[in-house]
Amino acid sequence: MEKLTNRAVAVDRSPMTFSERLYFPAILKGLSITLGHVFKKKATVSYPEEKRPFSPVFRGLHVLNRDEEGRERCTACGLCALACPAEAITMEAAERLPGEENLYREEKYAAKYEINMLRCIFCGFCEEACPKDAVYLSETVMPANYSREGFIYKKEDLLIPHPQKQEQGNK
Amino acid sequence: MLLLQIHTAFIIEKIILISVILGGSLGVAMYATWAERKVAAVMQDRIGPNRAGPFGLLQPLADGLKLFFKEEIIPDRSTRFLFILGPCLAMLTACMTSAIVPWGPDFTLANGHVVSLQVADINIGILFVFGVVSLGVYGIMLGGWASNNKFSLLSSIRSASQAISYELAMGISLIALLMMTGSLSLREIVAQQHGFWDGHWLTWNVFKQPLGFLIFLVCSFAELNRAPFDLAEAESELNMGYHQEYSSMKLGFYLFAEYINLFVSSAILITLFWGGYNFPFMDKVAAGVSPVLFSVICVLVLLTKVIFMILFFMAVRWTLPRFRYDQLMKLGWRSLIPLALVNMVITGAVILWVIK
Repeated sequence: MEKLTNRAVAVDRSPMTFSERLYFPAILKGLSITLGHVFKKKATVSYPEEKRPFSPVFRGLHVLNRDEEGRERCTACGLCALACPAEAITMEAAERLPGEENLYREEKYAAKYEINMLRCIFCGFCEEACPKDAVYLSETVMPANYSREGFIYKKEDLLIPHPQKQEQGNK
Repeated sequence: MLLLQIHTAFIIEKIILISVILGGSLGVAMYATWAERKVAAVMQDRIGPNRAGPFGLLQPLADGLKLFFKEEIIPDRSTRFLFILGPCLAMLTACMTSAIVPWGPDFTLANGHVVSLQVADINIGILFVFGVVSLGVYGIMLGGWASNNKFSLLSSIRSASQAISYELAMGISLIALLMMTGSLSLREIVAQQHGFWDGHWLTWNVFKQPLGFLIFLVCSFAELNRAPFDLAEAESELNMGYHQEYSSMKLGFYLFAEYINLFVSSAILITLFWGGYNFPFMDKVAAGVSPVLFSVICVLVLLTKVIFMILFFMAVRWTLPRFRYDQLMKLGWRSLIPLALVNMVITGAVILWVIK
């Protein structure tokens, strides 16, 4: 049979020699290996105090983006919902009324935008499908919750804070 | 009626000593569980318990508290009396052996009263240890039998046969040592190992009886039911072995007794082979400090040695895989006992014809 790798090592089944049957050399060797590990770097990360950096392609919790003036970018085209393989996204569109130009960038906006985080598989297809750069996957791990309802994120949960209002709030 | 004369001071002194030693060995056993987990962790590149208190030092307290609050289950089909007696015996025998270890040299108080740091100086000290250790097997046997569980029974049978087989080799390896010391009293044996260098040879028995020490060491691993001879509780084949059916503090007693045994047998090993509380240049130190301080130093020296011994036991546990049952028996009966016999004969011959 053809070998898959050249790393295979044949098991040596010859009877043990006298020095092997004494066990002590092998025991000392084993002890030196385990004692050597005492001084090695620990693999554990003490999680709450110390966090591992995310990889650059990490896909976490979704955010809905705003533009520079703080207007919602989403135009409720439904491409993200269409692209979603887990069918986690639902939305309802509404038309922008006169006087709401400072709230929504396009003349159509999402009146309701929900992502069911229990269905979401964090594939990032919504992010790729979005023509308006409105939905992004952030670097936040989804927090736990006590109820199933808590995992359905509404538009308010997803929208990033209004930049100008935030500044006012900070003052 | 001289026999009935009871010295109150004597009794108070002994009671204080006993409670200090018992408390001490319980404390050491408590922190041995913590140390075991830490040792395992650092050997496996982990951190180990570090949440409860600084360095996880309160972890044993948390574990003990948890065991106290667990539901106590006595199986329906178990033999109730024996089921409860098992862990009690295990704990009792574990604590009893510490009585004859000399923890330090005697010192004289200002009023001329001599205080001994040994609870009881029995002239058959070693035999007492062997007797109590053999009784300890009953704890495991009763627990396994009374649980009415086939895994527990199998494990206790294993444990009993293991203890019987290894006690033989242990005893014979000790005979060689006792032929050299000429005394069974631990106090006498420690006194003979005074200092470190007697002008001809190192005084500690390990340098006079290296083979005897090795055999004794291997046998104490087996007697303690610790890896690589932990067949009694072999997790992978017998679930938990004889403590399968135990819960709450009765389980805690078994686990705790194991660590007390570890501490006391380390102390006895040190006393017999590694010079007990003796250390190099002890005479110069004794001349320089007060007798009470000197005793304290000696106790600390003994404790340091014991802690190193415990750490060694732990290092071995987390290094070696478990022996198979037939390998264990083969090692005991076909290697250790003949080796111990040869050691005994050679020692006898040397004493008879060389040393005189």
